[in-house]
Amino acid sequence: MTLFVDIFLWAIVVVLGIMVVSRSQSLFFESLRFALREFMTLLPRIAIGMIGSGFIAEILPQDAMLAWFGPGTGPLGMVIAAVAGALTPGGPVIGFALATTALKSGAGAPQVIVYNIAWALFALQRVVIYEIPAMPPRVVWLRVLVSLPLPFLAAWAALIVGKP
Amino acid sequence: MSAPIVRRRRRAFDWPAIVITALAVSAGIRVYLRDGWEHFVSIFTSDLGLFGLMLPKVLAGCLIGAFVTLLLPRETIARWVGAESGLTGILVATVAGAILPGGPFTIYPIAGAFLLAGADAGAACAFVIAWTLIGYTRAIVWELPFFGLEFVTWRLIFSLPLPVIAGLLARLLWPYFAPPAKDDA
Repeated sequence: MTLFVDIFLWAIVVVLGIMVVSRSQSLFFESLRFALREFMTLLPRIAIGMIGSGFIAEILPQDAMLAWFGPGTGPLGMVIAAVAGALTPGGPVIGFALATTALKSGAGAPQVIVYNIAWALFALQRVVIYEIPAMPPRVVWLRVLVSLPLPFLAAWAALIVGKP
Repeated sequence: MSAPIVRRRRRAFDWPAIVITALAVSAGIRVYLRDGWEHFVSIFTSDLGLFGLMLPKVLAGCLIGAFVTLLLPRETIARWVGAESGLTGILVATVAGAILPGGPFTIYPIAGAFLLAGADAGAACAFVIAWTLIGYTRAIVWELPFFGLEFVTWRLIFSLPLPVIAGLLARLLWPYFAPPAKDDA
């Protein structure tokens, strides 16, 4: 699957690259240099983030985190789920593995949706490592602020529809 | 063809990177002391493998960002997703975020490039949030194996309106966030 994504991404790169070359060769090399500089800036952050996240997740008290957003916890459980999502370090494997465990051990589906979406939107580590270096910090803080209600809106929809 | 890309310089290492490094190193030491060398190495190598898998995607993301910035003239971006683009701009940004493949390493540089090229903050927020919540590649690659089709489908349906809501909210609040000197025409 990750190979499929790679092929898709690089197909886009090739098509766009050909379009740029056909317009101007010097601009092509200029944008190539720009992209490589960007890549070299991101590289050390991503390395630390990905390698560090495994260790950080390893020392977290996972049982306690799960116990806090069970099915009977109501609105408070949702807020805790949102905070837990934001504080879960690491990549999708860690976040989703924890959420699946929660679902299996009887956590409410709305809570798990809150956790899932909060993790996707607010994971501190991702904001710090990827988002702030690549975007103006003002826009990032605005993005975080307007995202605050979103996990709860989705959970509210789930409660109304009664799914999944 | 748009003007050469201007970008603020940034240091290779700033305080957030230092904090994460400190956290990672102390967590690594804790794991080593608690579980021994073998466990430490197994975590390290598996994360290193993941990192290796990500590298081609990171590079592709940087290249797409740079190429798209050159190909889409500033005026076009400003018309599509600029401050005057209205609800359509937010919707265009939402669809673009949902369609573009890749991870955080792809999407944030593209959003940053769009901002430099004249996109407004509301559209940038909608774009990033759409990628985060309804990006299909991430849902397929990561979410589906863990949660199964039904949960993921409902999660996606509930998420559909969220980037638009957040984008409109962001446009509303941007005046309070924008740098004061940026009021030039």
